[in-house]
Amino acid sequence: MELICPAGTPAAFREAVEAGADAVYCGFRDETNARNFPGLNFSREELRQSIALARSRRVLTFVALNTFMRAGDEALWYRAADDAVALGADALILADFGLMAYVAEKYPEQRLHVSVQASASNPDAIRFLIEAFGAKRVVLPRVLTVQDIARLTRQIGCEVEVFAFGGLCVMAEGRCSLSSYATGKSPNMNGVCSPASHVRYRQDGEDLVSELGAYTINRFGAGEASGYPTLCKGRFEIGDVAGYAFEDPVSLDVIDEIDALRAAGVSALKIEGRQRGKAYVAEVVSSLKKALRAAPAERAALVARLRAMSEGQRTTTGAYDKRWR
Amino acid sequence: MTTTRKPSLSLGPVYFLWDGPKWRDFYFRIADEAPVEHVTLGETVCSKRQHFSEPHIAEVIERLEAAGKKVTLSTLAMVTLERESRQVRDLIRDSEHPVEANDLSALGLLRDRPHSIGPLVNVYNAATARTLAARGAENICLPPELPAASVLQMLAAMPDFSFELFAFGRMPLAISARCAHARSKGLTKDNCQFICGEEPDGLPLRTLDKQSFLVLNGVQTMSNSCAVLVDDLAPLVEAGLSRVRLSPQDCDMVKVAGLYRAVLDGRMDGEEAISELAEVYPGVRFSNGFLHQQEGAAWVSRGRNAAMGHG
Amino acid sequence: MSSLPPILAKPVDIAPIWLVERVARLIFSGVLKAHPDLFERLGDYRQTRYGFSPTDLPLHFTVVPAAQQLTVSRGQPPLVDARIEGLLVLLLGLLEGRCDADALFFSRDLSVTGDMEAMLALRNALDDSAIDLPRELGALAGPFSPLVAGTARYIRTKALEGRDTTWN
Repeated sequence: MELICPAGTPAAFREAVEAGADAVYCGFRDETNARNFPGLNFSREELRQSIALARSRRVLTFVALNTFMRAGDEALWYRAADDAVALGADALILADFGLMAYVAEKYPEQRLHVSVQASASNPDAIRFLIEAFGAKRVVLPRVLTVQDIARLTRQIGCEVEVFAFGGLCVMAEGRCSLSSYATGKSPNMNGVCSPASHVRYRQDGEDLVSELGAYTINRFGAGEASGYPTLCKGRFEIGDVAGYAFEDPVSLDVIDEIDALRAAGVSALKIEGRQRGKAYVAEVVSSLKKALRAAPAERAALVARLRAMSEGQRTTTGAYDKRWR
Repeated sequence: MTTTRKPSLSLGPVYFLWDGPKWRDFYFRIADEAPVEHVTLGETVCSKRQHFSEPHIAEVIERLEAAGKKVTLSTLAMVTLERESRQVRDLIRDSEHPVEANDLSALGLLRDRPHSIGPLVNVYNAATARTLAARGAENICLPPELPAASVLQMLAAMPDFSFELFAFGRMPLAISARCAHARSKGLTKDNCQFICGEEPDGLPLRTLDKQSFLVLNGVQTMSNSCAVLVDDLAPLVEAGLSRVRLSPQDCDMVKVAGLYRAVLDGRMDGEEAISELAEVYPGVRFSNGFLHQQEGAAWVSRGRNAAMGHG
Repeated sequence: MSSLPPILAKPVDIAPIWLVERVARLIFSGVLKAHPDLFERLGDYRQTRYGFSPTDLPLHFTVVPAAQQLTVSRGQPPLVDARIEGLLVLLLGLLEGRCDADALFFSRDLSVTGDMEAMLALRNALDDSAIDLPRELGALAGPFSPLVAGTARYIRTKALEGRDTTWN
């Protein structure tokens, strides 16, 4: 299985290549990708240099253009696709049907990967993407169990990539407007979830209070491990009970399922975290690379220290395990 | 399809779990009394709920059609299990009615058959709308998240196409493999005992500061506020909007439809309709922020007075 | 937790502000000169007033990148747009991209207040800049360069030792 690694900056890109990535995915410094954070991402020139570095090390570069084109401003996304193709991206990761149609028609030879944001969660959906846009690979949404993935992979004629480590969307990706409901900015339209511009941390006595827009998202006691102020991992009240209504602040970690995923026919494992620093990228990529080669019994030790870097300092296998539902 | 200055009213599927008789009686009354032209129905949120409405579907469709309503059948919003894939395939193969696609599997299966696209499919621009129209889509209900600027762009780009706008109801904001509704009652999705049926209008979720925020509806998360675009429609209608969608809530939807119809016909002022809606659906905050390119929960009033009681 | 070794903390603590400020400014302008890319990545946030408050020193550092301005103060933290607090070694580790800011935040070793977007921009810009403080310090030390750089590297290694969240 290939290891697909995140890079938010050229420095992180270099770290990923050094650490043994089979492919690195990244995006341009604008709203054409779903990690449109301040100070993050690549200029055209930075992407050109990064692709050259990757080529020299036989590493592939995937360019994520995985937001939905804003009506009237489609040219921004088309230009990003044109440039990524011209710069030699090995694959484009797309979510918007209109953009997929553009790329499929204009660059029929270009490898087209379907972003997790497109939410292709079953064989008929994937057949549609192959038939309509010539998709070569789909990144599966984090709503499926390993058994679902195995069943699905057997039925379809394209490669499957799944998330193996990092941030965990609790909601089906690309189908969530919680962020924009609270802040006006969404992953689909603006490439941001729970944007920093709307986040406030407030110290209230011993407690750390996180707020998003006009809403309190969480309250952490002294010393309690904290998480991102994302809505799906916030603490809320239902009736008289306060708790994590959707999910605790945790990260995804499916290292224990590596063999099952390989047996299921999965082509590539993806690491989330273009917004994380290069130190994180280096550590996670090299640990997972080792884990992929290691005997099952040795894997736990290899990835144990990754947990400390995770949201809430805990990890979960998420939807890959049926009991998570 | 032609553009008229008076768009038709459409009723979206009931997103909540209502027991069979309640569901049936709701549609009977819609058939008999509501001034809506289109009715889209069928379980959309959770495949486990299907047996509640299934025994009544035939009689409901018959009653609606006898009343002159055009019926469309909705597909599931999220398809992950083999059983769910089969349900969608069977529905599309056997249906004598147009089908509304709410996930990508339906999009593929509906190719070259006249069909509708539901608000849970991501259509953010005319390029996507054209791609879907070329495959047989004849009507697209746009996602609630879209700002007016995007809607206007698409109306201008495809003047002869039928676009529909989600204009009343709690907004579907997210869907998950996990059932937060069952989880909140100590159950799991696989052993949920259909507990979501206890809240026919959604289970309120508040912030730690007791601020109303969202409601849970099984695997779906919806806005606590109710989208009310009745006073925002005029420029969109002017630009060629074809249909206005009302999403069923546990309130008098016949009255809601009547108020929207009256405003669209120019018989009632938008602000007046809003204050009447506050009586029809009491205790619920209204919102129209998405359309105004603000946070979706926001309420942007046309005049100062309209905000009173709903801010 | 590896806070600043007393042998270092004490002199900084009693040193006159002007001296600390002078040294810090030297490093700061050296870093800016050596890493023009940092500015580009910061974009509009160059104008931001950033506050750095080491929890193991009674000092506050205030930086405005666009103005190439750095001030040091004692007592109450000065008014800034965005502030980050934590042990000095962690703040320096962040400056060099040796520590993962998110991880330190999750573990509550760092706390951030104010304009989060500005803080994120700075974090990302620093992360890409490959700043090596011992090298920058060494560059300032003229003929003593190898000695200063070497000592600084040794101190860094010692200070960051044993933390789960440090790499390289």
